[in-house]
Amino acid sequence: MSLNEEVECLRNIPMFANIEPSKLKLLAFTSERHAYNEGEFLFHQGDEGDSAYIIVDGEADVIINTDDGPLTIAHFKKNTIIGEIAILTDVPRTATVKATTRVDTMVISKELFFRLVMEFPQIAIEIMRELAKRLEATNARVRELSAA
Amino acid sequence: MTRSESSPAGTLPGPETPGYQPNVPLERSIFRFIMKYSKRQQLVVLALTFISWPIIYLTLELPKAIIDQAIGQQEGWARDVLGAEMEQITVLMVLSFGFLFFVILSGSIKYVLNVYAGRLGEQMLRRLRYMLYSRILRFPLPHFKKVSQGEIIPMITAEVEPVGGYIGTATSTPMYFGGLLLVYLGFIFAQDVFLGLAATALYPLQIYIIPKLQKKVVDLGKKRVKEVRLLADNIGESIGGVADIHANDTSIYEKASIARRLDRIYNIRYEIFRRKFAIKFLNSFMAQLTPFFFYAIGGYLVITGDMTIGALTAVLAAYKDLSSPWKELLNYYQLQADIKVKYEQVIEQFDLPNLFDESLQMTDDTGPASLGGTLDVANLAYAEDGQSKTIDGATFSIGLAKHTAVVGASGSGRDELALLLARLVKGTGGRIDIAGKPINGLPESFTGRHFSFAGSAPYLFSTSLRENLVYGLRHRPVQMPEYADSEKSERDRYISDARASANIDADPDADWLDYEAAGIGDRSALDQKCLDYIRLVDLGDDLYQFGLRGTIDPEDRPDLAEAVLKARVALHQRLAEANQSALVEPFDQAKYNSNATVAENLLFGTPASDALDIERLAEHPYVREVIRRAGLSDPLLKTGIKLAETMVEIFADLPPGHAFFDQFSFFGSDEMPDYQQLLARTSGQSPTEMRVDDRLRLRSLSLKLIPSRHRLGLITEDIQEKVLRVREMFAEGLPKDLQGAVEFFDPNRYNRAATLQDNILFGKVSYGEANAATKLALMIGDVLDSLSLRDAVMIAGLEYSVGVAGARLSAAQRQKVNIARCLIKRPELLVVNEGISNLDGAAQRRVLDAVLKEMRGRGVIWSLHRPGFARNFDHVLVLKAGKVAEQGAFSELDKSGSALQELLKSE
Repeated sequence: MSLNEEVECLRNIPMFANIEPSKLKLLAFTSERHAYNEGEFLFHQGDEGDSAYIIVDGEADVIINTDDGPLTIAHFKKNTIIGEIAILTDVPRTATVKATTRVDTMVISKELFFRLVMEFPQIAIEIMRELAKRLEATNARVRELSAA
Repeated sequence: MTRSESSPAGTLPGPETPGYQPNVPLERSIFRFIMKYSKRQQLVVLALTFISWPIIYLTLELPKAIIDQAIGQQEGWARDVLGAEMEQITVLMVLSFGFLFFVILSGSIKYVLNVYAGRLGEQMLRRLRYMLYSRILRFPLPHFKKVSQGEIIPMITAEVEPVGGYIGTATSTPMYFGGLLLVYLGFIFAQDVFLGLAATALYPLQIYIIPKLQKKVVDLGKKRVKEVRLLADNIGESIGGVADIHANDTSIYEKASIARRLDRIYNIRYEIFRRKFAIKFLNSFMAQLTPFFFYAIGGYLVITGDMTIGALTAVLAAYKDLSSPWKELLNYYQLQADIKVKYEQVIEQFDLPNLFDESLQMTDDTGPASLGGTLDVANLAYAEDGQSKTIDGATFSIGLAKHTAVVGASGSGRDELALLLARLVKGTGGRIDIAGKPINGLPESFTGRHFSFAGSAPYLFSTSLRENLVYGLRHRPVQMPEYADSEKSERDRYISDARASANIDADPDADWLDYEAAGIGDRSALDQKCLDYIRLVDLGDDLYQFGLRGTIDPEDRPDLAEAVLKARVALHQRLAEANQSALVEPFDQAKYNSNATVAENLLFGTPASDALDIERLAEHPYVREVIRRAGLSDPLLKTGIKLAETMVEIFADLPPGHAFFDQFSFFGSDEMPDYQQLLARTSGQSPTEMRVDDRLRLRSLSLKLIPSRHRLGLITEDIQEKVLRVREMFAEGLPKDLQGAVEFFDPNRYNRAATLQDNILFGKVSYGEANAATKLALMIGDVLDSLSLRDAVMIAGLEYSVGVAGARLSAAQRQKVNIARCLIKRPELLVVNEGISNLDGAAQRRVLDAVLKEMRGRGVIWSLHRPGFARNFDHVLVLKAGKVAEQGAFSELDKSGSALQELLKSE
């Protein structure tokens, strides 16, 4: 897959959707590609998080450990970003991610991400916007739940 | 050993070397040095000089006879020569050939004399340098805190150099030219006594004045030598502290200091040559003063008729001959004064009190096989010159087979005690007895084999790890090298020349390793022994990595090369079985490797010499030609343009110097404007219109592309196909000068230019696979273990070059290597002074335990910087202010109020 396709992939992710293509190109060019075989783990719950993953191809399960054992709570497909919380703040991984097919990812390391944000504040604004949207969605959900 | 018996090649250093004497004092004056070591040779020089005098006289006398007697006579004249009547022409011929004969003879004697004297000078220089070097090995250790390398090295290398040249001519020059002068003078006096007196009238004045002027020059010369030493010292300090100079922005200050030093040297040198030229002026003035008298007085006598004009011209001609030897004598005098100072200035730096007794270094007495009994220290005192005592009346007695910890605060004398017990410094009072013998009387052949010493900053020699490990086994040559008959005569020459200069004649190429001391039979078991100790000091993983990253010569180690090929097959098999083949992209002659650069794909091999540089492959004429023939020139150029455009597009907005440039870009931020201009310049140009260097630059750029890493989609299938064609053509038409410059990738061959790891991998680690390097490292380890190759790889790692003073190892690694070096000779007593202080806490514990276990039943004295470790020892000495404050078992001392507990608390 070439750089241009990777840029396309990034544009499909809401967090990056409004960022200039040339910046996305830089982000894509400076990120690494990691492929995982079926059954391999991208990371485990409780690990220290140092990078975010964008699934370029394949599918993965999100699993959390409960008192009753592991529980799959979500299933990610192509063009999703995983673990982005970890690169924004210092929390351990909140879930385990396991490849259910062969998975190809773009890896954006925390260091790389921060360097980009510092260099191009516009990226930060877009991310704030996205985070605010998510917060609003969560609030709406809370309101819904409390109303119900 | 048979060979060493047939020639004297195997003699050990020591009393049996002919002419060897220990502790020879240095001669403080160069004349005594010359007389003591070259009296006989100087006599030969004198004899040759004496022989030359009459011959020189004849070469002067014959031309006169030719002119007066043969040419100047009437025609038809004949005379008796040696009883035979001869024609004039015959006489002329006889005399002329006689002249020729004596000229050749005198020239030959001069040649023999020069060669002999030159050789003598070189022998004496060699002797002097060797003596000075031997002295360094006898300096008391504290002296090295006062003098730097920078001062000592130039003394032995540069400063004594002219001394050698001088010694060869020390007697021959004054005798030869003095004699010549006498011959010429005799000739002049024979012509006319009065004129002879006139010619030499000014000599007494010159002899009186010149030394007076010379003295000042000599003094300046002394100052110059001192200043140059300080300069060397300054430069040495700057090199030693170069990181600190950068870190503190003091380069300007250092340059200023050096500039002042240079100014002083400049001033001294300027003063010296001003004075030298003044002396020269005076000399030549006086030399011309004499002819002035000849013209004035001689001319007057000719005019008044008291002298013939012929006599005057003859004397003038003779005087001309006279001035050259006189000048040589004066030059000699200047040289002699200069050398005398140089010699004395060097010697005084080496004539120190308290030198180690050389006879203790040179004997072969190794003492008993093992040490028993006790180490007794009584009233031991130690102070470095003039300073207060750091050890002050220490008295204790410990078993030599016991493990003793020495603890104490810094300044308690802990460090000094360790040095004293290892006999590296001598006490200034009291005594140390080892098994009843005073330690100061033990030869180094005893202490160096029974004791090991590990300090905190061990020195590693700039050679391989293996050589450093076995350094402690190199006491004496044990097995002479096998010399072919043709080499034997060279070896014999070496010995006789070494002896002529009182140098040691032992052969550095001999096998010096004391296998017995290491507890092994011969060399074959040595590597395994090294591994055992490397593992003991916790260095096994590091050594394994050195091995994997090192290269081997398959001709030296065919077994290992073959085994590596097996590992290669096994690794790829294992990868396939584990469904992990994607981790490595193997080299395949028929396939483009998308994890390698275009350059690597072109070459399809590893550069094995300097003839090809993979970074600058596009510049090589042969590579350019092959690329052109394969039709790859234009595609590469277009790719280069696209790549440059992409880089400019992506990186243009980043500020210059941003970390991304180094990490990701194909060119640095400083080159960005260059490439922007280049793109502007070449846009719309056809390849042929472009500048040659632009084309080269763009093609070089595209050669750096790695498709799976950069993912720019620029390496199209067309390019890949063409690259494969270039690959084939490159190898087929390889010109002669590149034969052997590339080790081509071949699945069935060991690649001698590549590392062991690359040979096992035989491919490129995939960029796109998660954690590929870690997974592969584990797998390689498994494969090597399954083939029992881990040890062989580690042994290959013993070739690792440790760099200058071990700089390619970390401080902790250096300490570990040193501990292994100490243990490998199986000492009876191991003295350690903070020898593992740079290791991390857990590793210290592991190494300490392992060392004590290894040394069970043999003595250990360990000066500990962490008193808590004393728990593991049989006996603990607590030092306080240079005295033993308390001693006993750890459990006895570990009670409230004890000095030990105080130390433990402050830890």
